[in-house]
Order: sequence, then structure tokens, then C-alpha cells
Amino acid sequence: MRITSSLNIMDLFTASIWSPYLAGAGIGVLLWIAFLFSGRPIGCSTAFSRTAGMIQCCIFGNDTKDSEYYQMVQPKIEWQWMLVLGIVIGAFISSMASSTFQVTIVPDMFAASFGNDPIFRLIIALIGGIFMGLGARWAWGCTSGHGISGISQLSLASFAAVACFFAAGIATAMIIFSLW
Amino acid sequence: MFSSYHNNENLQRIIGLLIGMGFGFCLQKGGATQYDVIIGQLLLTDFTVMKLMLSAVIVGMLGIHIMKSLGWVEFHTFPGSIGASMVGGILFGIGFGLLGYCPGTVAGAIGQGQMDALFGGAIGIIIGTAIFATFFPTINAKFLNRGRFPAETLPELLGLPRWLVVIVFIIAIAVFLIGLEYLGL
Repeated sequence: MRITSSLNIMDLFTASIWSPYLAGAGIGVLLWIAFLFSGRPIGCSTAFSRTAGMIQCCIFGNDTKDSEYYQMVQPKIEWQWMLVLGIVIGAFISSMASSTFQVTIVPDMFAASFGNDPIFRLIIALIGGIFMGLGARWAWGCTSGHGISGISQLSLASFAAVACFFAAGIATAMIIFSLW
Repeated sequence: MFSSYHNNENLQRIIGLLIGMGFGFCLQKGGATQYDVIIGQLLLTDFTVMKLMLSAVIVGMLGIHIMKSLGWVEFHTFPGSIGASMVGGILFGIGFGLLGYCPGTVAGAIGQGQMDALFGGAIGIIIGTAIFATFFPTINAKFLNRGRFPAETLPELLGLPRWLVVIVFIIAIAVFLIGLEYLGL
């Protein structure tokens, strides 16, 4: 029995894909852990703000820290910054375990519609990222902070934000994929 | 519960890293770190992202509401508004459709070797947050407080007991997910 169950766990570790329900349930359990042991909801976009602040401090000096926004969101490495670093590591371990790790620039569906030019993909991703970073801070949260943590708390701000994330995301994707 | 740990910054950095590693592992195994899967969701041809998010919400919601009722955890909601949640949400959504990752999955995509996530997406998000920080006083004055929502949470808005809303909401999501499977989506 013990051999069978350890084999099953290894199979899960090396599987290239899990049922989205299993992966989602795992994330739900991580939300409990974050609330209980850290007293925080899971979120990601504030970490990008703190990184921006740290870079701005390097370029423009420490006056950056005195700005109204960075007084609220201090440019430093804290819980959430480590969480985002952890996501990179966790996804790396997962993809190495299933041998699906691959250095790529242009995703398949992008290449099929817009061609294989890596520079074009990087420009579109950069523009998309700028809108996303601006919008995530404007709405005080992203798909993790609002989509998973906020909805789980039945937060009205999160319902409104997530509806707009997906409405505008669906509209944008459908427009660009039908135009080309 | 465990609130004495919450202020231990070094311990919290380790806990954050471990939660993040689990999060990244689950996102990657669930397929949500792939551009094709996320764009498939936005083109309504692949419902993996919705299934993953809604099952995280069912499990997460049930657990944190039980822990709240036991007095183990506190909630972290804040008032939303049309000018913040919806204007910001639309800007985010435009970025979502162009980038094909979100701030969490962009990190996961980097971990599995997607260089467009690193040199396009993550750098773009950092620039976007820097723009927000720079113009925060103006954006705050002109947008963020416009059209404040009358309540912070759905139970407060409806004037119904929290647990009633939780149970109805979980049943509704479960029915929706069963419906998706029934339709073969």
C-alpha cells in the first residue's frame, strides 16, 4: 500500500498537466494558509509596484520614497515580493519535473495569428504589461488579489474589478484575433 | 490565531516564498501559466482558467469563512468604486488581452521558460505600476473616489447573513462548473 501511494504522489509531481479542479483546490488551500499564518490575502501586483519603487530609487535617488504612493506602498522586499519570486521557482520546479520546461519567446497561438517575429511579440507583451500594471494598481488588485482572494471574501470591489478584467480582456482578445 | 507570527518579517518572507512556490506549482500544473490557455479563455474556446479560478474560490471561500467564524482570521476587504475598481479593471483587461498573462501567471510563465513573460510582460507591468505611482495624486483626486459602492461586501449590500450568501454562492459556482462540463467546454 505504501509503495502504491508514494508512486501516485510521484506521478502527480511529474504529470505534465493536472485537472484544473485539483490545481484550483490546491490554490484554495494556499489561501487558507496565507490568511492563517500571514494574516494576508494572496495577491501579486503590489510586488511589481515595490519593484518599480526600488528601481526608481536607484535611478532618481531616495526622494522617490517620499512620494505619496511609495509612503503607502514601501519599496522593499517583503512577504508578497517573496511570494511572486516563489511563483517563478514553483513553476520552474513543476515544469522541470514534467520535462515541459522550454525557453520560448513567441507562444504558439500568437505565432499562428501574428507570425513568428520575437520582437513583435515582445512589443505587444510590453504594451499589454504597461496597461496591466497601471490597471492593477488603479483597481487595487489583480486576478489573484481580486479574482481569488477578494471574491472568496465576497468583496464588492473584487466582483466589479474581476467583471471588468474579463469583459475588457475578452473584448481585446477577440478584436485583435479577429482583425488579423 | 498565529497573529504573533504576522509581525515577524523574516519568518513572513519565508512563509511568503513557500506559499508562492506552491502557488506557482499549482498554476503551472493547472496549465494557467500558458499563453495559449489564457488566451483560449479570453476567446471563450478553453475554460481551464475559469475552472481553476472558481475551484480555488470554492475551496478558499469555504475555508476562510469557517476560520473567520472560529475567530482565527480577519478579513481584508476595502471599499470599491466605479472610478477605481471598474476604470482600473478595464485598463487591466486591455492589458490582459494583449499580454495573455496576469501578474501572477506572468511569474509562473517566466519559471517555465517563457521569455516574452520576462522581457515583455514583467517589465511592462513594472513600468505600468511606476506610471501609476508617479501620477497617483492626480489619479486619486480625479478617479479613485468617484462612484463609491454602498457596501464593502456582498452580504452587507444584500443585508443577508454571511453564511447564507457563502452557501448560495458556492452552490451557484458548483452548478455553473457542472454545466460547463455537461456542455463539454
